Amino acid sequence: MLKLFKIAIRNLIRYRRRTLMTASLITIGVVFVLVFVSIAGSFKAMMIGQVTDSMLGHLQLHRKGYVASIDTLPLNLNLKAPACQKISALLDASPQIEAYSPRLKFGGMFSNFTETTNIRLNGVYPDREFRTVPLLTDRIVEGKKTLARGEIIIPILLAKGLKVKVADSVVVVATNADGSVNGKQFIVSGIMESATGPGGRDGYIHIEDAAEVLRISETEVSEVAVRLKDFNRLAAVAGDLNGKLSGEVNKAGQPLFEVHTWEQLSPFFTIARMIDVMTFFIRIMLIAIVLISIMNVMIMAVYERIREIGTIAAIGTLPGKILSMFVIEGFCLGVVGAVLGALVGGALIGIVNLIGFRYNFGQQKGILMRASIEPLEIVVVSVIVIIVAVAASLQPAFKASRMDPIEALRHV
Amino acid sequence: MALISAKNISKDYAVGDVVVQALQNVTFDIAPASFVAFIGPSGSGKSTILNLIGCLDKPSAGTLTVADTDVAALDRKESAAFRGRHLGFIFQDFNLIPVLTVYENIEYPLIMVQNVPEAERRERICRVLEAVDMADQADKYPQQISGGQKQRVAVARALVTNPALVLADEPTANLDSQTAYAVINLMKRMRDERQTTFIFSTHDQKIVGEVEVLYRLVDGRLDNGPETNEKPKGGPAHA
Repeated sequence: MLKLFKIAIRNLIRYRRRTLMTASLITIGVVFVLVFVSIAGSFKAMMIGQVTDSMLGHLQLHRKGYVASIDTLPLNLNLKAPACQKISALLDASPQIEAYSPRLKFGGMFSNFTETTNIRLNGVYPDREFRTVPLLTDRIVEGKKTLARGEIIIPILLAKGLKVKVADSVVVVATNADGSVNGKQFIVSGIMESATGPGGRDGYIHIEDAAEVLRISETEVSEVAVRLKDFNRLAAVAGDLNGKLSGEVNKAGQPLFEVHTWEQLSPFFTIARMIDVMTFFIRIMLIAIVLISIMNVMIMAVYERIREIGTIAAIGTLPGKILSMFVIEGFCLGVVGAVLGALVGGALIGIVNLIGFRYNFGQQKGILMRASIEPLEIVVVSVIVIIVAVAASLQPAFKASRMDPIEALRHV
Repeated sequence: MALISAKNISKDYAVGDVVVQALQNVTFDIAPASFVAFIGPSGSGKSTILNLIGCLDKPSAGTLTVADTDVAALDRKESAAFRGRHLGFIFQDFNLIPVLTVYENIEYPLIMVQNVPEAERRERICRVLEAVDMADQADKYPQQISGGQKQRVAVARALVTNPALVLADEPTANLDSQTAYAVINLMKRMRDERQTTFIFSTHDQKIVGEVEVLYRLVDGRLDNGPETNEKPKGGPAHA
């Protein structure tokens, strides 16, 4: 086997320029894929991180039917006290849950005493909310990064539109579940930048203030946002929670609760899927590049060495060994291209991070691009390249192994 | 007992719609340790005979036995294995593998065909390199040595597996007279030392003058029986 490798490597060196060009082509392909995967992957991770860690949480629990009507923030579909207790008990018992935050959501009117506009508000327990969506505090661009009773954090667009500043007094008026209207005065404690996606322009108040505005006396929440210890176990945990909550049914036998992952709540999941599809097609392109270049070079190699093939066949080399000889050449080309590509790709990813490119994502400006790639991803790309290189060599190698020695020896 | 026995062998080729009879009812026996040549003009069938004996082709009719094996019955893989075990080849253009050194070219059939252990391999290669007087050129590549040296390496490669039979197709055609005689002498000496049968396909008079048995081919038929050369067996060839 070592001898076969020695012959293959020497043959590759013998046609130095062609080998160099083919290896370079494969290298460029691998570099392109690795850089694309790292940038697209980091963009996707950033996007998912922004969506989940600054607004939605990893998953949410609602009363059945709430999400279908979420545009109106229906108070009559809130989770009542017994339901909240059941959910709390379930989440407290789950080792996969890092934090969860009950939210009381409602729409109302926001006034600076001279102008009034609409606002969507989240009533939250600040500590629990900040643990569940840890990037929320990063969005607070002015004022305190905390929230106390009687305080409100408002979106920057609202603050600019109504010329409201930190420490200003404002009034929130909302319609209660029974149709009556109630209002409460707040002090603006913070102004937060908008986030792209559902809930990205909501304001925040303490959940007890929200209950006061809505005249809710007992515990009542619209949703429970959940943060997992391991995001990669999202589907499993969601499935587990779904399973455990499916037993909870109303008198009509219909389920009481719904579990939604961020994927079902945010339109950005479609973008994440598109990134995956693009990555898939980029990989297909790499496979095509490797397949065509290796097949081309191996067809040439067989054609140029017909007499040599005739000679080694005549002196008794078995067809399998002739096949191996050419397959190993393709394998070596694949290995060289994959290794060089991985090294150059890794270096380029480092350079991208060193330069520190910034880009905008919706309302968020100047996000730093952090290109990164898992070692496993590099291994997968390299293995794909090597497997495709071997596959591309098979046809020419098979042709060489089946060559008639007499015809081959006559070849000029 | 004959090393090679051919009985009424024929070989037909289809060229388009036309069937060409390359050999017609050829019968001969070749004894072990012979120094034999098939001669004749181009297209007379001498290379075809070599191809049949060398298991590179199969006769259309007749029986051909080489080293007690009916070679017509062998399949592709068995033919390759048979060639590796029993036959050596020497070509007009030397056909050394350009990416291997002289040593590695000779080593090739031992390692790739016969799977000989390394220690024995080294010993056999050194012996054959000494025999063909190429020991000092062992590390050179084919493009770094002369035509005569290349053919000596080819002889060494053919002999290193200790074959019963070496088939040489125009082995001196690309060599000058002096080198050609040197190569012929080398092959004769190898025959004498190793009792290897050498069969040539040639129209080179230098070989014709040195072989012990001669078969003349005309239009695919043997013209008379074997002719015996008067030259004393084992004597050196002369330039």
